[in-house]
Amino acid sequence: MKWALYTLLFTIATLLTGCEPLMVLDPKGPQAETQAKDILLSTGIMSFILLAVIAILIVMLTKYRASKQRKDYEPPHIEGSVLVETICVGIPVLIVIFLSIVSVQSNYKVEATPQGYEDKEPLIIYASSSNWKWHFSYPKENIETVNYLYIPTDRPIEFKLYSYGPITSFWIPQLGGQKYAMSDMVNTLHLAADVPGEYMGRNANFSGKGFAENTFHVKAMSEKEYEEWVKEVKKTAKPLTENKFTQLLEPGHLGQSTYKGTHLEFLPPPEGENGGHNHGSTHDAKAENHEDLSETSSESEHHHE
Amino acid sequence: MDFFNRFAIPHPSPAIYASMVAIGITVIAVIAGLTYFKKWGYLWREWLTTVDHKRIGIMYLISALLMLFRGGVDAIMMRAQLAVPENKLLDAQHYNEIFTTHGIVMIIFMAMPFIMALMNFVVPLQIGARDVAFPRLNALSFWLFFMGAMLFNISFIIGGSPDAGWTSYFPLAGTEFSESVGSNYYMIAIQIAGIGTLMTGINFITTILKMRAPGMTLMKMPMFTWSSLVTNAIIVFAFPVLTVLLLMGTMDRLFGTHFFTTTNGGMDMLWANFFWVWGHPEVYILILPAFGIYSEVISTFARRNLYGYKSMVGSMVIISLLSFLVWTHHFFTMGQGALTNSIFSITTMAIAVPTGVKLFNWLFTLWKGKIEVTTPMLYALLFIPTFTIGGVTGVMLGMSAADYQYHNTMFLVAHFHMVIIPGVVFAMLAGLTYYWPKMFGFMLNEKIGKWSAWIIAISTLLAFIPMFFSGLDGQARRMYTYSESTGFGPWNMVSFIGAAGLAVGFALIVYNIYYSTRYASRDIAADPWDARSLEWATHTPVPAYNFAILPQVNSSEALWDAKKHGHELFPGKYEKIHMPNNSGVPFIMSCIFFVWGFSFVFSIWIPLILTTIGIFVCMGLRSFEKDHGHYITVDEIKETENNLRGA
Repeated sequence: MKWALYTLLFTIATLLTGCEPLMVLDPKGPQAETQAKDILLSTGIMSFILLAVIAILIVMLTKYRASKQRKDYEPPHIEGSVLVETICVGIPVLIVIFLSIVSVQSNYKVEATPQGYEDKEPLIIYASSSNWKWHFSYPKENIETVNYLYIPTDRPIEFKLYSYGPITSFWIPQLGGQKYAMSDMVNTLHLAADVPGEYMGRNANFSGKGFAENTFHVKAMSEKEYEEWVKEVKKTAKPLTENKFTQLLEPGHLGQSTYKGTHLEFLPPPEGENGGHNHGSTHDAKAENHEDLSETSSESEHHHE
Repeated sequence: MDFFNRFAIPHPSPAIYASMVAIGITVIAVIAGLTYFKKWGYLWREWLTTVDHKRIGIMYLISALLMLFRGGVDAIMMRAQLAVPENKLLDAQHYNEIFTTHGIVMIIFMAMPFIMALMNFVVPLQIGARDVAFPRLNALSFWLFFMGAMLFNISFIIGGSPDAGWTSYFPLAGTEFSESVGSNYYMIAIQIAGIGTLMTGINFITTILKMRAPGMTLMKMPMFTWSSLVTNAIIVFAFPVLTVLLLMGTMDRLFGTHFFTTTNGGMDMLWANFFWVWGHPEVYILILPAFGIYSEVISTFARRNLYGYKSMVGSMVIISLLSFLVWTHHFFTMGQGALTNSIFSITTMAIAVPTGVKLFNWLFTLWKGKIEVTTPMLYALLFIPTFTIGGVTGVMLGMSAADYQYHNTMFLVAHFHMVIIPGVVFAMLAGLTYYWPKMFGFMLNEKIGKWSAWIIAISTLLAFIPMFFSGLDGQARRMYTYSESTGFGPWNMVSFIGAAGLAVGFALIVYNIYYSTRYASRDIAADPWDARSLEWATHTPVPAYNFAILPQVNSSEALWDAKKHGHELFPGKYEKIHMPNNSGVPFIMSCIFFVWGFSFVFSIWIPLILTTIGIFVCMGLRSFEKDHGHYITVDEIKETENNLRGA
């Protein structure tokens, strides 16, 4: 265990001094921190195993090379011993049990409101992808952005993820690990930012031609600044019409843009009765719903003309 | 004209046109050469119609080496594109096609046939049999694989390559987002090769269970045979899933069903789930025979029996069971919740235990041994530390919360390459060098062999270690480019140097084959490595019937016992030997399968119907054919044996 700790410290030291801190190991939020801790801990233990294997190999190779032995030496027949085999099974089992406990605890941590944030009201943001963009809808604030994300610090954020198209994966490495966005269901990802700053966000799951540039920009700011930004948007941004949103969905790359209103009103996300997994009995309801929608949409188009 | 438009490449480039010309010239040269040297008859009689497991093994080997070249070129192009930021060598579409074909070619058309090559050549010899249980089925397996591989490989010059990744996740691979025929090739070519693999699975299970030499109980089988048995059991359970999955994918793409679509009740993650229910066991289909090779090589060159035989067998069986219980770890990020992730996280990490047992048993096989570092042994010794890097990072990936950060990044790419290259590729190269004298009657040059082993091992580290770091720094996999500000540049440059080193290493192996073919001595013993199991007990070259007298076995190291303890391996006298007849039907049927597949890819229905009938006709002919094989007489055996002993 002592060795493991030393290796751990050594690894961290090399990682931190050798180069700029690697993004994942430079967490700016509680979830990313949990993950970075797991990564460093397991790296430490695994380095210890790797060193042990290399050490045994070197010992065997230096001691039992043919060139180091008498010419007439005949290696003995050894079946294997219960004691040695028990140790070979026992130590890995103990390590796996230890890592399993850590892993399970972390699973429940990253799948819940971040620790220390439980008493704060979460900000809900619907993040949907389309080839090859991200749309961020703030339902309560009633605003929507494309390819950029403003969030307040010190407040839990619940991302609701889905996709207009292939499976994508929503990832802001410094705030926490990724999760899939799919067309037939809504996934929830809990994140929070501890410190203000600008972070890289991207789709991590291959989604075709425009995948490499399928990134977005994240800015975390104080609650006050965030409120001001929301007010500003509501005052200045153009409304998001269904027409406009259909244009936005077309395959390609877009810069950043901001809208008043969200697409959630005219194109509900695949959750609840709109969920893709509600086949069968709810299918008709869905179809009706769709008809309703198309009616309203034609109305609204009419209205705009 | 409309009809021919479908064969055009949707996204051509000078490189592709150059390849077309090169392929055309090669085909013409091969045909001209065969005609000029009057080798058509030889080719037909000795190779295309053969049912001999040794020749089929050699044909698998040649295919695997060709595909290694193809997949390697893909790899070099990828690494070259990513070597510097904002590189313009390839555009997004080409890059996508190349990483897709790299994955499929390397896994399905390189690693699989390489394993099949060694299994075909070695297993019947190692269990003291004269052929596999169903020799003609074996030929059909090979030719189906070969035609599947060829069909897949013409995709880039006719119609376009698949471009949705080797995992081909729907809905991306569906007609909604991949309109070209590329993904049709994926569905059909892998299907054809996969049917061949499934047949191999059945064939080898039967062979190993029913055709072992007298005295060879299950627990006296050599370790490579054990690994082949377990592998083929996994094949028989896992490949039907792939068959059904590819069928569903074909239905979605060609007949408008909605299994995986984004609309009308399709489920996007259904493909991914099924794919990995096959895909994860597939990983062990690749790695277990490799472990078998290492067990043979390490025990031979440590000059000692394999340490912990029973726990080696037990660990393989446990690995094979666990391999079916971990598929969700390929998408911990699907949103299945903390409980499901926890369960699969634990099963995943649990695989480390039996794998660790194997690693320690190899290390203890070296203990008190008399280690001789030959080229195969060098690969095995280099495998142990490099594979451990791949293995322990696998445990790290198994921690699901942390996996949210590793998933889809270069960290993952680094992990599976560090597992597959030292695990499978080193083993295949070790096996190739080890069994080369038995296959071809001369040894590969040791000095060049060791150079290539070192170059390949160091280059592997250079190519893949940087990816662990760039992955943790936020580089997603499958990105065709990145900006300079990301800081990924230096990592990827080192990777490129490593990839170039790998190319040099493999080129050196090719040179070694050329050099040794020209200069190596043909006067070698039947047992040049002083090995321990039955495959070395017969002559070199191996006669068609393998063993004149079936060997009598009393331990897992029968030859060693014969050499050291005076065990009588071949009691009795010559008797006539029953052998299977050659047949052209497997080859012809597979050619029909090729046309069938091609018609399917391009939805040309009339040839599809005709070839379907043709396939059934071939099967019908076989059902009514009376073919009882032939006998090799005692006199013929005596003559062959005398000649071989003289040689």
